[in-house]
Amino acid sequence: MSGDIIRAEGLRQTFAGPDGGRVVALDDLSLSIRPGALTALVGPDGAGKTTLMRLFAGLLGPEAGRLSVLGTDVLADPQAVQDRISYMPQRFGLYDDLSVQENLDLYADLHGVPMAERQARFQRMLDMTDMARFTARPAGKLSGGMKQKLGLACTLVRSPDLLLLDEPSVGVDPLSRRDLWSIIKQLVEDEKLSVVIATAYMDEAERCAEVFVMDRGRLLASDTPDGLTARAEGLTYAAVPPAGMPARALQARLIDRPDLITDAVPEAGRVRFIRQPAATPDALAGLLGDIPAEPRPPELEDAFMMLLRQQGEVPPATVPADTRIAATGSAPGPVIVVRDLVRKFGDFTAVANTSFEVARGEIFGLLGPNGAGKTTTFRMLCGLLPATSGHLEVAGRDLRTAWAEARARIGYVAQKFALYGNLTVRENLEFFGGAYGLRRKALQQRIRASLEQFELDPAAKSGLLPAGFKQRLAMATGLLHQPGILFLDEPTSGIDPLARRAFWRTITALAEGGVTIVVTTHFMEEAEYCDRIAIQDAGEMLIIGTPREVRERAALGVGGATVRNMNEAFIAVVEQNRARRDNGRAAA
Amino acid sequence: MTSSGFARRLIALTRKETRQMLRDRSNLIIGLMLPAVLILLFGYGLSFDVRDARVAVVLEDSSPATLNAVAGLAGSDYLSPIWLHSMPEAEAMIRAGSADAILRVPSEFMRDLVHGSGQLQLILNGVDSNTAQAIEGYATGAVTNVLDHLSDRSDTRITGPEGIAMVQRIWFNEANNSTWFLVPGLIVLIMTLIGAFLTSLLIAREWERGTLESLFVTPVRPLELVLSKLAPYMVVGAIDLIMCLLAAKLLFGVPIRGSLGIIAFSSMLYLLVSLALGLWISGVTKNQFTASQIALLVSFLPATMLSGFVFDLRNVPLVVQGVSQILPATHFMTLIKTLFMVGDYWPEIVREVLILSLYAVVLIWAVRRKLVKRLD
Repeated sequence: MSGDIIRAEGLRQTFAGPDGGRVVALDDLSLSIRPGALTALVGPDGAGKTTLMRLFAGLLGPEAGRLSVLGTDVLADPQAVQDRISYMPQRFGLYDDLSVQENLDLYADLHGVPMAERQARFQRMLDMTDMARFTARPAGKLSGGMKQKLGLACTLVRSPDLLLLDEPSVGVDPLSRRDLWSIIKQLVEDEKLSVVIATAYMDEAERCAEVFVMDRGRLLASDTPDGLTARAEGLTYAAVPPAGMPARALQARLIDRPDLITDAVPEAGRVRFIRQPAATPDALAGLLGDIPAEPRPPELEDAFMMLLRQQGEVPPATVPADTRIAATGSAPGPVIVVRDLVRKFGDFTAVANTSFEVARGEIFGLLGPNGAGKTTTFRMLCGLLPATSGHLEVAGRDLRTAWAEARARIGYVAQKFALYGNLTVRENLEFFGGAYGLRRKALQQRIRASLEQFELDPAAKSGLLPAGFKQRLAMATGLLHQPGILFLDEPTSGIDPLARRAFWRTITALAEGGVTIVVTTHFMEEAEYCDRIAIQDAGEMLIIGTPREVRERAALGVGGATVRNMNEAFIAVVEQNRARRDNGRAAA
Repeated sequence: MTSSGFARRLIALTRKETRQMLRDRSNLIIGLMLPAVLILLFGYGLSFDVRDARVAVVLEDSSPATLNAVAGLAGSDYLSPIWLHSMPEAEAMIRAGSADAILRVPSEFMRDLVHGSGQLQLILNGVDSNTAQAIEGYATGAVTNVLDHLSDRSDTRITGPEGIAMVQRIWFNEANNSTWFLVPGLIVLIMTLIGAFLTSLLIAREWERGTLESLFVTPVRPLELVLSKLAPYMVVGAIDLIMCLLAAKLLFGVPIRGSLGIIAFSSMLYLLVSLALGLWISGVTKNQFTASQIALLVSFLPATMLSGFVFDLRNVPLVVQGVSQILPATHFMTLIKTLFMVGDYWPEIVREVLILSLYAVVLIWAVRRKLVKRLD
């Protein structure tokens, strides 16, 4: 008992919901966390991870329950706890107009770090974060990944008795994520820090001593990563689709049968899936046909998906009933042609000499670290931003001369929810349909079809929809005028893994129906759903190809070392290129 | 240990606030440039004087004697006569807005004047009643001058219409004084602007950017946060006050009859009140846009309209007077005008300073309460 660093009993916390009701964030939650180790809180969005972290930090008062942190009753004396812990919220409070050094100084002063210790500590933090070169730069001018590293450095200006990290790697590209973790790991080893980290990434949870799985304010399970993984023992398989069949087609077939299959994802040319414990071998064989399925060792992610699915309420995978696009000029050949595209902002080149083509019905993924030029490329393709130079053709129209015509043939789903929150689903559809030039009968017919297709309630207030449904409504409005090309900007950020599966099922179905999809994402594993992907870094197009080609070429670059998944391939490609560029600069 | 921790954290936070303030150009523009512009605008540009009012003089009798009698109108700085011969013409001008008043000289004026019953008709464009009143004053003044002149030359005793001379005197005094009372009032406006408007953004910005969440989980105490946010803006306010006093003395020659020390002290006290009000608004709204709108509505606008800056509070309805008494700006306005014009009148100084101190204490306490280190 006395050994626990955090001890919570019967915590309950609710917030005022957008519709005036109460939203339960934590529901009678009890747990205890051991000192001197790395502990993970995992769970989909809305699980209550952030609320729990804030309670640990003494920033919230629960409705019921008891909570002691570092042996102190945090509800009675939050300041005593705050004097001893360090906490990094999801959005760390860096002061944008202060320099890196000034931010560090501020937090060192607030925590009362003695001057004598300070220099050594700063040096170590700057070395670990590789930011010694940037101490004079204002924090606002750092990239997303660098900001996150600086946030961690500011949190760690002194060695706390307990470190709380709330999703430190959310929205951070794989390279920065790897750096963050090497810092955390080093500190845990060197200083025997007690760390509690909330995360959505299973590979991060795997590195922790203990994992707490949360969902909708409750604790589903807590165990070591191995202990949790063992729960999926004997249920996990991998199937390789026959030549000519994209992995995502097989994945779609599997995930459409929730009675037999718990989860299925494409990875490295194969499909990993988990069978339902009750599924008989015969039933599985019937579903797979003559495609062989090999058992594979379970991973933490498998156990996590199983736990979530067991909560029932599987979000229905929306499969568009009729996705066939009323032939919008079905000439063969590429529907998007980009040649020597350049975009400069002042003397900063955001996109340099980029060329690629996208064929009809293809799913094309744009990947890259923060600040790589993805969003800029994307905006030029949608006609939202003029190119500095180069040729840009969408749906057979030159965007320089006929952008209005080209725009009528594309659908665009923005990263943020860009619909009117206080209008109903129907009102939003009517407005956007009207904006696209649909009138009366045609409009009503299209609205009926989309409501059915995306299983939306026309009378629901758009702003009150759950994240997954907002995403569907955004898709529905983007597709209302039956465009041949759909642009999706980071469509899956901020929605939980189950909703993401359902979302990709919709995308793959649309592609089958002939819609061309261009998508940006920072979830590397989602690249496996794409026919082809392009990786950008610092404005340059580093590699274009099928996921398999990208993995193979990445493996070649690292001297034949294994590249197991897209995450590793991505890191390899970006690093090889950066090394080459640095060499080139050194030579010149 | 605790007290040295307090000082160390307060210094660190104050340094942070100062840097942020200095690096945000819009803050400096509002804090230093705008007051300078306001001083020049109110000092030179705006006054309640009316100059070169266009008066259509209708001479129904254009005999040399009549012309001679009214020629004196052209000599006034305040009037610029337009000579006409028919009323319809003059009426058209006033409708078109090209004349502000009509002075009609009837054909029988000279004849009646000799009998002591000469009558002139003055028609004023009442669209802007302030201007109309001023012109009335100037016109009657000018006419009286003319009549005095005439009576000097002829031996006949000519008396002007009664009451005219009295009106004239009030208005002339007013015109001479408008800068005198606008400049002290300006100090109130500028202190309100710096205080409520600039600082209303400060805490809201930290809520919006999520920086407070990180600050909360440090040994920082709420009072330290409040004090560190007040300090740099007190300095800006002090600079503005010096600017106002120098301008009053050197540019406009406004009398400063009270002691400088008391003016400085009471101005800083009022600045503290409006800073605390701004911070409180900012802490309640947690949103920069809303905070600045509310700050404008509850502090700057009332300070302009209801504090006695422009409109004399004795002339407004009782309800509005009640409202104006709630505003700290009204109390400071009364105090600063007295200090400038009258001098150190102690009963008033003590009363208003006590009221302002009470506001300061209550508001700082309220801000500290709003900054409890909790997110719910």
